[in-house]
Amino acid sequence: MSPVPAPSDLPVELRTEALESILVEKGLVDPAVLDKFIKTYAEDVGPLNGAKVVARAWTDPEYKARLLEDGTAAIAEMGFKGPQGECIVVLENTPTRHHLVVCTLCSCYPWPVLGLPPSWYKDPAYRARAVREPRALLAEFGLELGPEVEIKVFDSSSEVRYMVLPERPAGSEHLSEEELVPLVTREAMTGVAKAKPPA
Amino acid sequence: MSGTLLQLDVEGPAAPPRSNGELVFAEPWESRAFGLAMALHDGGLFEWEDFRQELIKAVARAEAAGGEFSYYRCWLEALQTLLASSGLVDPAAVESLAAELACRPAGHDHQH
Repeated sequence: MSPVPAPSDLPVELRTEALESILVEKGLVDPAVLDKFIKTYAEDVGPLNGAKVVARAWTDPEYKARLLEDGTAAIAEMGFKGPQGECIVVLENTPTRHHLVVCTLCSCYPWPVLGLPPSWYKDPAYRARAVREPRALLAEFGLELGPEVEIKVFDSSSEVRYMVLPERPAGSEHLSEEELVPLVTREAMTGVAKAKPPA
Repeated sequence: MSGTLLQLDVEGPAAPPRSNGELVFAEPWESRAFGLAMALHDGGLFEWEDFRQELIKAVARAEAAGGEFSYYRCWLEALQTLLASSGLVDPAAVESLAAELACRPAGHDHQH
C-alpha cells in the first residue's frame, strides 16, 4: 500500500480543485456563481474605478468635498459598491502631507475602487515596513519625499478601507476629467506613488 | 545600501505592478480559491468577518514558518479551516480527492 501523502505534499492547485469539486457536489457552491465572481474580479473591478473617482474629485470641487466627507456614499454615487467597500475613507494628499495605506493583518483592500490587491501589497515585507519605516519603503518604490512632507500611515481595520486621493499633477490643468483618468494609478491610490505627470 | 532591506521584488512575480491592467491572479487556482470564498459567503454559508479572522491567523502562521509567502495559499487554508470547523467539508476528504486527482495520467486535460 502506498503511503498517503501529507497535506503539504499535494500541489495547492489539486487541493483547490478537490475542494471546489466537493463543494459543488454538495450543492454548497453554484459553479455559475463561482465563475461570475471570478470573472467580475479578474476583469471588471479594478483600479480604473478608483481612477475615475479621483479624476472627478480633481475637476469637481463639490464632488471632492462629498468624497472626503463620506467616501462610501460619494463612490457609490458613481456606481461603485460591493464587498469590501462598505466603509471607504478617502485620504487627501497635500504638498505637506502624504498618506500611505496598508493592512498589516490580512491585506484588506477597497475592492470596489481598486480591485483585488496586487502582490506587493500582500507581501509581508510591505506590510511590516509600511508601518515601521514608511519613508525608506517609499524611497524604494521610487518616491522620495522631502523632510517637509509628513507621512501618515493608515492601517486598515475590519471595518474601514482606505483610498488615497493623490495630488493633481502639475501641468495637468488643461486636461479634462476623462483625460486625467489614465494619470491615476493603483499605486497613487494606495500612496506608494504620486499620480503620473501628463505625457 | 537599501538593497539589503528591499525584500520586495523589483522584476519578479511580486514586483510592484506599473500599470492599471495587471492580472490580479498569478495562477488559475488562485482565482478558483478566491471565487470559492466569495461564492460561499454570497450563499450565506459564513460571515465574512469569520473568514477574515481565519485569514489573519493563516497569514501569521505562514509568516512565522518563513519561506516563500503565498497570499492565496493562506486564503485557501483559511477557507478550509472555516469549512472544517463548521462541519461543511471534511479536510481529509479534500486531501483524499486531491491525492486521487494527482494520480490522473499526464495530459488528462489535453486533447492530443
